[in-house]
Amino acid sequence: MSYIGDIINGSKTLLTGMSITGNYFFKNLFTRKDVITQLYPDNMNELKMFDRFKGEVIMFHDENNQHKCDACTNCEIICPNGSIEIVWERVADPETGKNKKVLLNHIYHLEMCTMCGLCIEVCPADAIGWGQDFHHVTRDRADLTKVLNKPGSSIMPGVKEKK
Amino acid sequence: MMNLTIISEWLSHYIAAEVAFYAELIVIAVIYLSVFALLGLFLVWLERRVAGFFQLRLGPNRVGPMGLFQTLADALKLVSKELTGTSKADKFLYKLAPYFVIITALMAIAVLPFSGELQAFDVNIGLFFISSVSSISVIGIFLAGWASNNKYSLIGGMRTGIQMISYELSVGMVVVTMATLAGTLQLSELVALQKDGWFIFTGHVPAFIAFAIFIIAGTAESNRTPFDLVEAESELGAGYHTEYSGMNFAYYFLAEFVNMFIISAVAVVIFFGGWLSPFGITDNIPYVGVFWFLFKTMAVVFLMMWFRWTFPRLRIDQLLTLEWKYLIPINMVNIVLMALLVWLGLTF
Repeated sequence: MSYIGDIINGSKTLLTGMSITGNYFFKNLFTRKDVITQLYPDNMNELKMFDRFKGEVIMFHDENNQHKCDACTNCEIICPNGSIEIVWERVADPETGKNKKVLLNHIYHLEMCTMCGLCIEVCPADAIGWGQDFHHVTRDRADLTKVLNKPGSSIMPGVKEKK
Repeated sequence: MMNLTIISEWLSHYIAAEVAFYAELIVIAVIYLSVFALLGLFLVWLERRVAGFFQLRLGPNRVGPMGLFQTLADALKLVSKELTGTSKADKFLYKLAPYFVIITALMAIAVLPFSGELQAFDVNIGLFFISSVSSISVIGIFLAGWASNNKYSLIGGMRTGIQMISYELSVGMVVVTMATLAGTLQLSELVALQKDGWFIFTGHVPAFIAFAIFIIAGTAESNRTPFDLVEAESELGAGYHTEYSGMNFAYYFLAEFVNMFIISAVAVVIFFGGWLSPFGITDNIPYVGVFWFLFKTMAVVFLMMWFRWTFPRLRIDQLLTLEWKYLIPINMVNIVLMALLVWLGLTF
C-alpha cells in the first residue's frame, strides 16, 4: 500500500511547507514586523545599517582625540590597489631619546577602494575599522580622498611600535 | 449576448438597429479588452506584492498608492521597447505565435459569468468551450519555441508539448466529473444549480478530490512555478519566449497571468458557486455578484501564488510521474465514484 501512503505523505509534506510560508505571509501582511525592506530615502535620518556593513574605512579616535595608529604602514603595503598612503616622520622620543615613527597623515582614497577589508584585517593595533556611512556622492573626485586621522590628533600612549 | 443587449437597445435609439448590433459587438469587445489589460496588470502587481510578503519584503510600493501603478509603468516601458528578433528565425511564425496565446486567453474570458447579468457569451457548452479554446494556446507556445530557432526556446516548446497536453487530460476529466454531478456544461446554469449549496459541498468526497486535482493540473496548465519547466530560468534562459522582446514578450507575460485567472474562475464556477454569495445574502441585488465572483477568484489565485512561492520546481520525469501514475488513475476512480454517488442519490 505504499502507493496510497506516498500520496498521503506527499500531501502532508506539501501542507507543512505551505504552513511555513503562509505563516510568513500573514504575519507580514498584518504586522509588518519582520519585513527587512528599508524604505530608504524616507527613513534617511533614522536608518541604521547592520553591523557588518562596509561603508568606508575610518580611524577610531577616543575622547582625547587620540588614535591607535603607529604608522607601521602594514595597511599601505597590503592594499591591492594603493588606496592608502601613509605620511610619517621620525621624531626623537623625549624619554628614551630613541627615534620613533609618528603618523602625520593617513590618506585614504575612497574612490579607488574596493572594500576588500585587507587593511582592517592586517592592522595589528585595530586602529582602523568599517564606518557605516554610505552617502559618498560628490561632484568632485578630490572630495573622496580623505585624511583619516583628525587634525591635531596624537597616538594613544601604550601602543607599541611593531617591526 | 444575454443581458448585455441593453447596450444595443440603448444604441438603437440613436442609430439603425442593424448598425446598433455591430456597434454593440464592438463596444463589448472594447470593454473586455480593457478589462483584460487591467486584469493582467493587476495580477502582475498582486503576484509581486504577494511574493514580497512571502519573502519578508514589501514588493513594489513606490509608484502610485501601494505601488499599484508599478506594472502600468512597466507595461509602458515594454510598449516603448524595440521588437528584436533573430535573423535566422522563421519570421512569419515568429510574429504569429504570441497572438495564438493572447487571443485564446481573450476568447476564454468571454464566456465567464461575472454575475447573473454580466456574461458576454453564454454558450450551452461553456466548460467544453473553455477547455478546447485554452488548449489552442499550446500551439502558440509551440510555434514560439520552433520559430525562434534557438535551442533553449526549442527545448522549452517541446516541454510544453509534454506538459500541457498531459495535464489537459486531468483538467478535462475533472470537468467531466463535475458535469456528471451538474448534468450541464452551460456556465450560467452551473451557477444557478448551486443556489442551495456549492458543488464542493454537495458533491462532498469526490468533489473535494476533483478540486485538489483541478488546482494541481490548473497550476501545471498555466505553466506556473512548481511546473514551470517550460520557462525554467536556471536551465533554459526564458524558455520558449527567450527571443521575444517588447510587446511580444508582454503578450506572453499577460497571457500567463490571465490564464491563471481563467483557471481560477473556472474553479470558482464549478466548485464554489460562481457569483453566488455565501448563504445567499446578496443574491437579490443585481451586479453585486461581480464582487463575489472576483473575490472568490482572487482567493483561488492567491492559493496558486502560495504554491508558487512555496514549492520547488519538479523534474521532467517527476512531472510525468505525477500526472500519469497519480492524477489520471485517481481521476478515473473519482469519476466512477461520482457517478455512483449521483446514481444512488447520495449527493446533498
